Amino acid sequence: MAMLTAAEKRIGQQTLLFHNRPVILAVGSVVGPFEGRGPLGHLFDEVTPDSLLGQKSWEQAEVKMLEKAVDIALSKARMQPGDIDVFLSGDLMNQITASCCAARTVDRPFFGVFGACSCWTEAMSLGAVLVDGGYAARAVIATSSHHNTAERQFRYPTEFGAQRPPTATWTVTGAAAAVLTAGGDGPRITHATVGRVVDIGLKDPFDLGSAMAPAAADTIVAHLRDTGRLPEDYDLIITGDLGRVGKPIATELMAEAGYNVTPVFDDCGLRIYSDDQDVHGGGSGCACSGATFAAQLWADLARGHIRRLLLVATGALFSPTTYQQGETIPGIAYAVAIEGPDGGRP
Amino acid sequence: MPPVVSSLLAAFLVGGLLCLAAQLVVDLARMQPASVMVLFVSLGAVASGLGLYEPLVKFGGAGAMVPLPGFGHTLVQGIILDITRHGVVGLLGGGLEAAAMGITAAVVFGYLAAVLFNPKG
Repeated sequence: MAMLTAAEKRIGQQTLLFHNRPVILAVGSVVGPFEGRGPLGHLFDEVTPDSLLGQKSWEQAEVKMLEKAVDIALSKARMQPGDIDVFLSGDLMNQITASCCAARTVDRPFFGVFGACSCWTEAMSLGAVLVDGGYAARAVIATSSHHNTAERQFRYPTEFGAQRPPTATWTVTGAAAAVLTAGGDGPRITHATVGRVVDIGLKDPFDLGSAMAPAAADTIVAHLRDTGRLPEDYDLIITGDLGRVGKPIATELMAEAGYNVTPVFDDCGLRIYSDDQDVHGGGSGCACSGATFAAQLWADLARGHIRRLLLVATGALFSPTTYQQGETIPGIAYAVAIEGPDGGRP
Repeated sequence: MPPVVSSLLAAFLVGGLLCLAAQLVVDLARMQPASVMVLFVSLGAVASGLGLYEPLVKFGGAGAMVPLPGFGHTLVQGIILDITRHGVVGLLGGGLEAAAMGITAAVVFGYLAAVLFNPKG
């Protein structure tokens, strides 16, 4: 095999090109009952009857969901945890403890990643790097979020009943996992565009869509510029959790940069709940993009309904401490280009 | 109109207007709930000290006492009363003394709710 130089593996300023095109062999998704009642409800591998899963706390329930998602993805790939070379996972809990506790059970070499709600594509990018580079033949990526753990950590205890403004989004209770392999059949990861941190000076933790939209637009524009592609080269460009507030802002920012994404642009946060579920701004959280991909987009790719996808999970990189101290909210987005098993468009 | 109906209406009107004012602050000034809470307790205390809140309580009853400014009013009236009885030290003791019932009720019922029920999220 000819040695590829760094220049051939990197294109433009921010994009990684995967010559070996790692395969997303199998995926697993687990969500709570509220998500189960949403439009994608019938597509998830498991909908739990309640949000505690028989555990004593929501935090423990989130760990359980993450472990279940990994189990499901592995069993679909006909693998045991011992078969995987590396496990990458991230979540929203302080010090990404849900991932760390799940990694305790998975018991394989572990990278914890943190990109807030962008963990899913951050982990997928890094997992693809490891598989493409030959450092892992089989990697499992995973992520989780839980409405109640996120509320009490980032906002208020749910029992307090604080009013949610219309810009607020609803953290998805769920978990997703995917098995990345060097060979096999399945959708293939062709590129990853690593986001820059973009902060436009917003401070409202109840309006994260506005804070993340510039980062999403920045990463998508960087991806299109680096690859020389146009929005119409994709069947779908889908962000993680910009929601009703952030999506139009991102659309406008990309239009200002000369890219009309409107015909192919959507947001996972607008797919996972229906209008009558009254979630205000839409869905959010690591599992928003994770579970939407694992339940719907992966199958769309595998069946050829989508031939080329740009999945762009978005994260608001704040902590309760930073926003209480008046710090502004930095945003980030990681884009992953994925093609159907037939190699995407002719 | 029977007195019970008129006092209910007055309480509804006064309490409702106070809540409307707080909602406008939340929506227009985009203040966080904790800041709104501090603001309204403080406003109630100041209004009480200036003698403006007592007439509202006389007219609106629980409609003026239950919302947050009513708590500020209770604190200030307790302080004023305790100063007349014990002098300057009443500044320190009077407020909590007057609010003791409300605070204790919140702790006791909060505890009972936590023991008896599991939060649903």
